[in-house]
Amino acid sequence: MSNYTDELVDFDEALEKYDPVLGFEVHVELNTKTKMFSDAPNAFGDAPNTNVTPVDLGLPGVLPVVNKTAVEYSILIGLALNCQIAEKCGFARKNYFYPDTPKNFQTSQYDDPIAFDGYLDVELEDGEVFRVEIERAHMEEDAGKLTHMGGSTGRIQGADYSLVDYNRAGVPLVEIVTKTIEGAGKRAPELAKAYVAAVREIVKNLGVSEAKMEHGNVRCDANVSLMPKGADKFGTRTETKNVNSLRAVEHAVRFEIERHAAVLDSGAKIVQETRHWHEDTRSTTSGRPKSDADDYRYFPEPDLVPIVTTAEWVEELRSRLPEPPADRRKRLKADWSYADKEFRDVVNAGVLDEIEATIAAGTSAAVARKWWMGEIARLAKAADKEIADLGVAPATIVELNSLIAAKKINDKIARQVLEFVVDGEGTPSEIVEKRSLAVVNDDDALGKAVDDAMAAMPDVVEKIKGGKMQAIGALMGPVMKATRGQADAGRVREIVIEKLGL
Amino acid sequence: MVNNSVSDLIRLSATALAAKLRAGEVTSVAAVQAHLDRIAEVDGALNAFLHVNAEEALAVAAEVDAIRAAGGAEAEALHPLAGVPIAIKDLIVTKGQPTTAASKMLEGWMSPYDATVIEKIRAAKLPMLGKTNLDEFAMGSSTEHSAYGVTRNPWNLNRIPGGSGGGSAAAVASFEAPLALGTDTGGSIRQPGAVTGTVGVKPTYGGVSRYGAIAMASSLDQIGPVSRTVLDSAYLQELIGGHDPKDSTSLPKTLEGLVAAAEAGATGDLKGLRVGVVKELQGEGYQAGVQARFEESLELLKGAGAQIVEVSCPNLKYALGAYYLIMPSEVSSNLAKFDGVRFGKRVLPESGPMTIERVMGSTRAAGFGDEVKRRIILGTYALSAGYYDAYYGSAQKVRTLIQRDFAAAFEQADVLVSPTAPTVAFELGENDNDPLAMYLNDVATIPANLAGIPGITVPGGLSEDLPVGIQFLAPAFEDARVYRAGAALEALLEKSWGHTLISQAPAIDSASIAPKA
Repeated sequence: MSNYTDELVDFDEALEKYDPVLGFEVHVELNTKTKMFSDAPNAFGDAPNTNVTPVDLGLPGVLPVVNKTAVEYSILIGLALNCQIAEKCGFARKNYFYPDTPKNFQTSQYDDPIAFDGYLDVELEDGEVFRVEIERAHMEEDAGKLTHMGGSTGRIQGADYSLVDYNRAGVPLVEIVTKTIEGAGKRAPELAKAYVAAVREIVKNLGVSEAKMEHGNVRCDANVSLMPKGADKFGTRTETKNVNSLRAVEHAVRFEIERHAAVLDSGAKIVQETRHWHEDTRSTTSGRPKSDADDYRYFPEPDLVPIVTTAEWVEELRSRLPEPPADRRKRLKADWSYADKEFRDVVNAGVLDEIEATIAAGTSAAVARKWWMGEIARLAKAADKEIADLGVAPATIVELNSLIAAKKINDKIARQVLEFVVDGEGTPSEIVEKRSLAVVNDDDALGKAVDDAMAAMPDVVEKIKGGKMQAIGALMGPVMKATRGQADAGRVREIVIEKLGL
Repeated sequence: MVNNSVSDLIRLSATALAAKLRAGEVTSVAAVQAHLDRIAEVDGALNAFLHVNAEEALAVAAEVDAIRAAGGAEAEALHPLAGVPIAIKDLIVTKGQPTTAASKMLEGWMSPYDATVIEKIRAAKLPMLGKTNLDEFAMGSSTEHSAYGVTRNPWNLNRIPGGSGGGSAAAVASFEAPLALGTDTGGSIRQPGAVTGTVGVKPTYGGVSRYGAIAMASSLDQIGPVSRTVLDSAYLQELIGGHDPKDSTSLPKTLEGLVAAAEAGATGDLKGLRVGVVKELQGEGYQAGVQARFEESLELLKGAGAQIVEVSCPNLKYALGAYYLIMPSEVSSNLAKFDGVRFGKRVLPESGPMTIERVMGSTRAAGFGDEVKRRIILGTYALSAGYYDAYYGSAQKVRTLIQRDFAAAFEQADVLVSPTAPTVAFELGENDNDPLAMYLNDVATIPANLAGIPGITVPGGLSEDLPVGIQFLAPAFEDARVYRAGAALEALLEKSWGHTLISQAPAIDSASIAPKA
């Protein structure tokens, strides 16, 4: 008989009675050229079972060799998470039979992680900072990928057969494990999202991972338990596996809090188990029971020698650490003089790098923001792409801006030119030249267009003569039409005034 | 033109054959063919080979002959052993020849890659005669646990050839091959060497790359040479040794001076060498004939100027126990990959649901023999939560104590000496129902594996018309010392006998095979 229920308690009500306790295991796939223990390419999206060597297939006789770059990346992650770096550490074998694991054991660090005892200051949306303690960051290898065929759910139950792709087997992973996180209260779901976002940002900033959650480069297992307010003992936890987007992390934690509260309210007990997250229904379902009875028969990996990290090596790596993302944001916001909301929008749009590069290339902070948050954002949305993926170079913005300043083109044409740049037609100057988009400020041509317009609109001319200068605007339409939009509006105005002797 | 009869060619040591090849007195093709003929003649009775690689061996031999005939820089650059045939224990993976580990699990499996030692053998152009029999996955001391039939001892076809490398030892002892590769996890090179009257060396752990040797117990396994003379083994170890970036546990530095040490030892001069007799590796539990040959050897060593000292390694009494926890623990994990999913045998369940667990289960039930299963079960248990500390953890502590014992002993002695095995070759089937009795045969060889130190066995005479082996051990990285001591004893004994021991081996007569009881 099942002793859990999918009845939910309203989130706010749940938080009145219970304190949530969180814990996260975030797996980060490193972007090393080769795998953790072999020289097979570490690449995403290739034909199945092409990025494999005898080592990755666990063929008889093979031996692992540790990828030094993966160790360096792991140390960088540890340092960025304010961890201690182990002077000596090793790998162990985690033994279990499963066909995605070619050797039927996973080579993983066990009781001596390379990094331990760190913390990460996580900034919530309103600027509040919440410190998450890091227990450890350890190295391990990824498993292959199973695809279950013939069933309706895509899960192994009910499948006719399964396909296995070992391209991912042996890809280096760093697993970052938090200590238990208490005191988040109703902000627990928000903190969950912000924590994973912060980890993702750190590894991206370090350049050690592609950090794309949709590719599984960053994967989160979220542990949730509730304890009645005032209690001093943690409740039973559940672990929701592979929550693979920031939004899903937030929703999964929220869902589990609501579900746990309902179970506890009913007087039943939480089953310690893994849960599967379902994006479509935004809910979790029971996975496999997880208990201390899981026996992986860990023992030290005899095919590898211990990793010794000298102080010189660690300090050399520390000197490679880029500025922490939070510090950088603080600095840029001050440098650029953006308002809080403006800056938050820029951060959320993910164009900090682009704006910084554009400013460095020679525009003002305001101009850079105008372009990236304006026309480029619009084009990205239309193309259903991330802004950063649109391929607009900071130099393009600088060039457009100087064409406008030189009155070669106006704002409207500049926007058209940008679109052509995105379509790959060339640089802004090339496009202006090729498509004859330069503003017409040839007085003869403009003069003729103005004459024609005034002849066609005598009433407008009278109004202008009568002192209604804004009526000049009515002449702009026909003039622009005659010059295919390339007339310099300022010059047209001057010509009208000259012609009317005003 | 020197006339070489076939029987002369196969009786040459590898080094002597190599000299004749270099001198142009014989061709490698003729040498390989002579050994292939010998295999055809006697292997029906012995079953030392699981696969004979005649075509490729002859092709490599012809290539060497062509290079020699052409002369010039390429001929000059040939390895000293180029053209000398070699047999490979079938635990070592080879492209183009099947690799079975003597298990049904790998029946018909062809490795897509070569072991590092095989790459070196190919580069040096030693024709590979084929793959030799062993106890399944190298688990056993008699080669009775092969899925492809027992190998018989050339000295007495009703006796075991030792194990696990009984095939390599029997091949070399019976003149089917002058050289062979073995692997030694608890004595699998040295104990077969002892009971077949041949030479075998377990190098310092990490001295030879393990890449491509199907792992039995990773922290103990070591590839090493098998031959009829100490000098031959020295040449072969120098060929296969050295750092391998594919094996993290291989030593960064190549162990050098092995051939020179063997040549120095062969002068029979051991002045100043301190030889330690390990109190715990002789006497009680050792057959009287074995003990007698051992003591005769000590006298000869003393006579050659060696200083004999008695040393004690009190923790060696725990070695066998520790070994039978560490080895099966590693076995249980190393052999997990044999599951029918990616390679090798796959056996579907006869009935019931076709789940992956059941396919793995029925494959392993059908593919592994009893001794392998026994060790997997033992190791799985020893690593279980709640037992790890008591079993695996304690065994590792014993290992450290044994290493300390040896370190202390090597302060008093340059090399240690003992009988290689407590008994001469036992009868086939004798220990079928008593695995512990079989395990005891490795009591003198296992400590070197636990400590990672080098060991050699050299023929020490006969007892009950069967060979007795004498073992020398040296500190880690000092492989040269076992070659020096081994070559000295070999020379001293041969001088005292007036012949080599192996020359006394009887003709192989399949009629002598006793009918199965």
